[in-house]
Amino acid sequence: MESSLPVLFLLGASHHTAPLAVREKLALDEARAATLSTRLQATPGLREFALLNTCNRVEVYGVAPAASVAQLTATLGEVTGCTGAELAGVLQARVGHSVVEHLFAVAAGLDSQLVGEAEILGQVKAAYDGALARHWTGPVLNRVFQKTFQAAKHIRTHTAIGAGQVSVATVAVDLAGRIFGDLATTKVLVVGAGEIGLKTAQAFQSRGAGTITVASRTLANAEATATQTGGWAASLAELPELLAAADIVTCATAAPGHVLTADLVATAMKHRPARPLFLIDLALPRDIDPAAAAEANVFLYNLDDLAVIAEGNLARREAEAAKGRAIVAERTAALWPQVAQTLGRGE
Amino acid sequence: MSSLLTDRALLWLGALLYLAGFLTGLVALTRRQASAGQRTILNTFLVGGWCFQMAGLYVRGLAVGGCPLGNTFEIVQFVAWSAMVVYFFVGTAFRVSLLGLFAAGYAAALALVSLLIAPWDAGHGSKLFGQNPWIELHAALAVFSYGVFGLLALTSLMHLLQNWSLRHKRLNGLFWFLPSVVQLDQINSRLLALGVLLLTFSLGVGAAWWLRDSASVDLPKLIVTLGVWFVYLVVGLLRWRARLVAVRFAWVCLVLFFLALLSLGPVNSSRSHQVILTPER
Repeated sequence: MESSLPVLFLLGASHHTAPLAVREKLALDEARAATLSTRLQATPGLREFALLNTCNRVEVYGVAPAASVAQLTATLGEVTGCTGAELAGVLQARVGHSVVEHLFAVAAGLDSQLVGEAEILGQVKAAYDGALARHWTGPVLNRVFQKTFQAAKHIRTHTAIGAGQVSVATVAVDLAGRIFGDLATTKVLVVGAGEIGLKTAQAFQSRGAGTITVASRTLANAEATATQTGGWAASLAELPELLAAADIVTCATAAPGHVLTADLVATAMKHRPARPLFLIDLALPRDIDPAAAAEANVFLYNLDDLAVIAEGNLARREAEAAKGRAIVAERTAALWPQVAQTLGRGE
Repeated sequence: MSSLLTDRALLWLGALLYLAGFLTGLVALTRRQASAGQRTILNTFLVGGWCFQMAGLYVRGLAVGGCPLGNTFEIVQFVAWSAMVVYFFVGTAFRVSLLGLFAAGYAAALALVSLLIAPWDAGHGSKLFGQNPWIELHAALAVFSYGVFGLLALTSLMHLLQNWSLRHKRLNGLFWFLPSVVQLDQINSRLLALGVLLLTFSLGVGAAWWLRDSASVDLPKLIVTLGVWFVYLVVGLLRWRARLVAVRFAWVCLVLFFLALLSLGPVNSSRSHQVILTPER
């Protein structure tokens, strides 16, 4: 193999290869991503490239002679401030058809930390669109990326890798959908203005929940969280009235005892017996008395319940990933001869 | 082949298509393939089954000279047919996941059982409605309301299953595709209101003629029919006042339908002038 011939390459690191501390150093903010792109453009022999930069991976896909690829490691180290020793153990370099196979798997969510997550496909599309708009891509990467999107869509459609939610907050939102259907008319009450309360409220907000009220012992904290979720703030003293009006209640306070007692829930249900009440207890120790679940039309889920569902969904996704990988292998085998021909080589 | 054999053949075809729809839906469900294509296949079987069933009832109606509600077999077939009519409207309006599968199983079970139990089709009331179209309308509406209550029993069953799965945190398999609790509750309330409305209208029409000829209706039939209507009406009022809700409401609707089905026996047997149509049936 002649070193002057261009090859399709991948250079980068992800959660599979690099620990969090190194990924933090490798992570590119807007300015450093622009710097890296400028340096890549100036790299001799680099014909095409695209930069995929997400919270869990930094990857450069490109077409260049093998000799030029070796220089890129140094460039990456200079831009990110990582030493050669740090990069040596975590940087993965791929050449040839394994690059196509890897990109297909990444875009389909098969290589993600949470297998089957859909966000990565959008990130790959954004990376490609950015590179295309700046004329960084050419015939090889254009074809590879177009086929990547087709493969990812096919895998998501024909396997169940995206089925079921895999985070506690989204599992809770999913369950709310099973109880109420359309969430647009639901009233969500978030008890506790901490980070967990905020994330859960944001998850409900993103799924179009009707109204969100944040209740906390300190009204200022409730107001701060409510502002971030487009909701209302309330004091915990109003809890009985808020509970009677709410459809979904998520509790995540640091209180040592039960914030929602069984009696409080029973009293609230007397005011709205026909409307279900979904209680989500995300606190440790628990905020909601487990006896509240005995009330008719009340559905109570705690942190363990949600975690079990999330783990089950993740296990099912991983089982489906084998089907996805088979599709990746099949599609890579079909595409690679065309790519190799474009590269001017016959593998 | 006589026309009476032909009507049964058509009803058999209808029942088998319902069964085919149920089985294909069940297979798709176990493979977690709740796609639009699968729904189309299921609905094609259901529409086909419903058309054959209607053709069979039509041929039977021509043979008996009126609405075919002369024996248990015909009544049960009509109840299954009515439930499918309501399903086509409810399923289209509310897009209720899995209701097609449940409706297919329900219609197939009713249709096949009525075809397999020969004594249900052994006799037939002569001049059943006395050539009176109002009495015929009364009977048809009453049986149609049973179809509505049958579908209500199905959605109540789905409500109970969804409630059970959510309470016991068993959310896989069949439970994955069940509609939401609130959606099922809304459908249950509307189906109950529709069924009570139809039965009330039916009884109103029947009462108008009964006042002219009180001897035309036996006391057991009168008591049972009014009893079914009254209990459903009370359940509807309790639901409206939020005194009977959620799981208890679903249980009552389910149990009540089985009791209503059982009441068809005394209602049908109270008719006089039974004749045997054909020995082979």
